[in-house]
Amino acid sequence: MKLSKEEQEMIEGKQGNAVKKSMEILTALGEIFGAEELVDVSSVQIAGVSYHNLGEAGLEFLEEMAKDGKTKVLTTLNPAGMDLENWKALGISPEFAKQQELVIEAFAKMGVITTCTCTPYFIGNTPHYGEHIAWAESSAVCYANSVLGLKTNREGGPSALASALTGKTPKFGLHLEENRQAKVLVELNAELKSVPDFGALGWAVGNKIGNKIPLITGVKKASIEELKSLCASIATYGGTAMFHMEGITPSKTTVPEEKLEIEEADLEEARKTLNDEIEIDLIAIGCPHCSLGEIQKIASLLEGKKVKKEMWICLARPIKKIADQMGYSKTIEGSGAKFACDTCMAVAPLKGRFKGLATDSAKACFYGRGKNSFKTKFMPLEELVKEATE
Amino acid sequence: MILKGQKVSAGKAEGEALVSTEGISFYGGVEPEIGKIVEQGHPLEGKSVSGKILVFPEGKGSTVGSYTLYQMKKFGTAPAAIVNKQAETIVAVGAIISEIPAVHKIDIERIENGTMLRVDGDKGEVEIK
Repeated sequence: MKLSKEEQEMIEGKQGNAVKKSMEILTALGEIFGAEELVDVSSVQIAGVSYHNLGEAGLEFLEEMAKDGKTKVLTTLNPAGMDLENWKALGISPEFAKQQELVIEAFAKMGVITTCTCTPYFIGNTPHYGEHIAWAESSAVCYANSVLGLKTNREGGPSALASALTGKTPKFGLHLEENRQAKVLVELNAELKSVPDFGALGWAVGNKIGNKIPLITGVKKASIEELKSLCASIATYGGTAMFHMEGITPSKTTVPEEKLEIEEADLEEARKTLNDEIEIDLIAIGCPHCSLGEIQKIASLLEGKKVKKEMWICLARPIKKIADQMGYSKTIEGSGAKFACDTCMAVAPLKGRFKGLATDSAKACFYGRGKNSFKTKFMPLEELVKEATE
Repeated sequence: MILKGQKVSAGKAEGEALVSTEGISFYGGVEPEIGKIVEQGHPLEGKSVSGKILVFPEGKGSTVGSYTLYQMKKFGTAPAAIVNKQAETIVAVGAIISEIPAVHKIDIERIENGTMLRVDGDKGEVEIK
């Protein structure tokens, strides 16, 4: 791989040990995947934040990097294993909380903005069309490539951190235009009416074509919340890092020959698969984290009502602050529902605390089942609120 | 005999080959405190990888696996070197941050379990002694 003079100095350790280590990671990945050079990135999103996933070793690595590592570009964080302020009320142990705080401190020391959200694009980490970035978090990667027209591979925790500390990423995969073209034409012959319908579409397409880039036709309109839901689902069930949607997403693509038709029956199969027979004891919304529009809607649905079951609203703290300002938080918390900022039902250590999760997220069903051994119910927001209050 | 491949992570090491025909997931598949493979039904289940030249086709599983290798290095239970048929992000990054020599694009079918190997990460070579 060709390195510039500055990059050569970085790998020789002239900018410190964290930069040296970072360049070793990036150049090794570049060599493995056949990159010819590094490319500058303008934004980074780091995953591997929950102490539940990192463990003691992950924390030690971050503390080592924090000795002399500083971010060179705007860098935000994925959700942590707990609400950083309100963890006690959500049942997190003080031992876990202490280690989680050390993880966040290490990131903060490096200049990372410790936002802890899977939707960095809602809180100001929003580069413009065509920019090269290095993001981890599969749903955000898919949203960035597809909806925003940004260019990123699916990064892991350490490689994203390496990009943050150097401002570089190896140029291969989705950084190259030729790899961003659709491979399968997906014709949708059904109407999508809700956020979970888009999740069901992601399940169906992901299961059928894996991580090939689809060009989806037949979707008449889509809100940002619906696209967020599709991104999370298609990335979870197919490993997909990008899709095109006719009339909706901005990037150009050739029309592929391979064709797949999705019918109402395929969506119904998704709904059937994601719905278990179970008594619901946790209702969770916000996977990926809620948008401002969703919070506004939840507040209006909960106005004057009381929830009778545990209900979590997962969101980024900046969105919560706007909700505070607008009085939505008062309405939502007044109903007995709880906010879970900085975290979510997929990364918090919840195993054994609940049995039946109801959610509008196909992705949350997958992680609820796999990591927390929940059974799941999959339904739209309005029905979730009914389930909670009636 | 020298098998030629490519560098993944710098450094040199010698040791006994522990060969797996299947991929290895370090997160969940290996107990870092004792360096043993614990994945049920894995061909190397119950075997210790500590100090061995660990030879396997490629890594699999969660990206958290990079941190597991780092943890093993701290515990002193890490393999002495890693030899892959094809490297992928998890093991490559894990080897680099843990300073474990690693090479890939090696014809691993030619390596027998228990033979003595010398791995040169910088040259991307494995010598069968």
